[in-house]
Amino acid sequence: MPERVVLLAAAVAVVVLAGCSSPPSGTSPSATLATVSGATPGMPGMSGMPSMPNAQAGTSASVTAPAAPVTGDAVSIDNFAFVPATLTVRVGSTVTWTNHDEEPHTIAASDGSFHSPGMGSQATYSHTFPTAGKFDYICSIHPFMHATVVVTQ
Amino acid sequence: MTDAPHTMSRRQLIRHSAWFGAAVGLAVVGGEVISHVAGTAEAARVQGRPTLRFAQVSDSHIGFSGKANPNVAGSFDQAIDRINSLGYVPDFVIHTGDLTHLSTPEQFDQVKQMLTGLRAPHVFTVPGEHDSVDDAGQKYRSAFGAGTRGDGWYSFDIAGVHVIALVNTLNLKKLGHLGVEQLEFVAKDVAALPDDTPIIVFSHIPLFAMYPDWGWATDDAAQTLSYLRRFSSVTCLNGHVHQVFSKTEGNVTFYSGTTTAYPLPRPGDGPAPKPVTLPAGKLHDALGIREVSYIRGQNALALKERTLQ
Repeated sequence: MPERVVLLAAAVAVVVLAGCSSPPSGTSPSATLATVSGATPGMPGMSGMPSMPNAQAGTSASVTAPAAPVTGDAVSIDNFAFVPATLTVRVGSTVTWTNHDEEPHTIAASDGSFHSPGMGSQATYSHTFPTAGKFDYICSIHPFMHATVVVTQ
Repeated sequence: MTDAPHTMSRRQLIRHSAWFGAAVGLAVVGGEVISHVAGTAEAARVQGRPTLRFAQVSDSHIGFSGKANPNVAGSFDQAIDRINSLGYVPDFVIHTGDLTHLSTPEQFDQVKQMLTGLRAPHVFTVPGEHDSVDDAGQKYRSAFGAGTRGDGWYSFDIAGVHVIALVNTLNLKKLGHLGVEQLEFVAKDVAALPDDTPIIVFSHIPLFAMYPDWGWATDDAAQTLSYLRRFSSVTCLNGHVHQVFSKTEGNVTFYSGTTTAYPLPRPGDGPAPKPVTLPAGKLHDALGIREVSYIRGQNALALKERTLQ
């Protein structure tokens, strides 16, 4: 594609030229940040970029295949839906979710009492319910996915 | 038929002009092609330069691996190259979220490293829900949150334009959510601005109801927009939906941008917003970046969508 090559060359030429000639004042707007003093949001780009400190490495939670669930209290994630949508278990039961989608999902209780890490394809997450009650949960990545665990005495 | 053989379409003109070779650069401003002949007319160059021009990139999903795009890092690199070869240095680049696929420290490191390849004075970001999967955005903020307020929002002024970057991917119930603290921030942030200040708002999830059944809307957007009603020009740019879309409501125009990773279905096309695997060779037509320019005195911003092809 010779045209594309030429266009690219043109782009480079303009950039180089802009870099060489002293730019007239006011052609490059500068940003004034209405934020907390001292620090600028985001990150500097390549030009004149001071080296950025490395991102703080957080703890990496793992959701990889634990031992097979010991109870039959299982919820499957298929096609962006929790199946079954309502699961009833006894107090003390451990429920295991398995993500059968290619997309990642999470299990996030609406009352904040439990929250899985991001579960990739085929990953599982287990939670034990020590108290009775009705626990609504969503996928925090796709919050239109919602379901309930009912825990009975 | 009323053929006009001597009338060039803009595209033809661009194609034709590209041929003039290395001395000519082109900027498309408000629908007009302005050519700059390097070295001859500095004044013309200054005149033709938009007041503000920047590039938007979105939804890189670094860490995704699937049929829909087996190499998201490769296509994000291509997007960076695309921005670096626009023919000018944008005043800044905004990434409108879902930088990572699963918010792991490694993915944040990788995308941050890749973004340093952008030739621009500054790179801004907002988080997507994939960047705040399990920690309400803590890892995102440790990578990209320096200098921001609250849970990662901020604003700045550039070339007479007021830019607001919002976070609507935390505390999701069903739709995007801004929260009381952020709404107060917006109200105070714009309180002193004259009505004719152009406003640009970035968010990951759309601030308009593009398709609420799939979470493509923000539950408390109306309140935010109420603070912006009095301004003559309000432009909201978002990602999340992996496709180009626009809508105007009163004084506000919304533009969803595409992705650099993989397409999603059109609203309601199928049971869920699952990654779409396109036929071989078609993916890069669906991926892209966006150029945005603003000329002082005009209400509408000029947008150009560029595919990675």
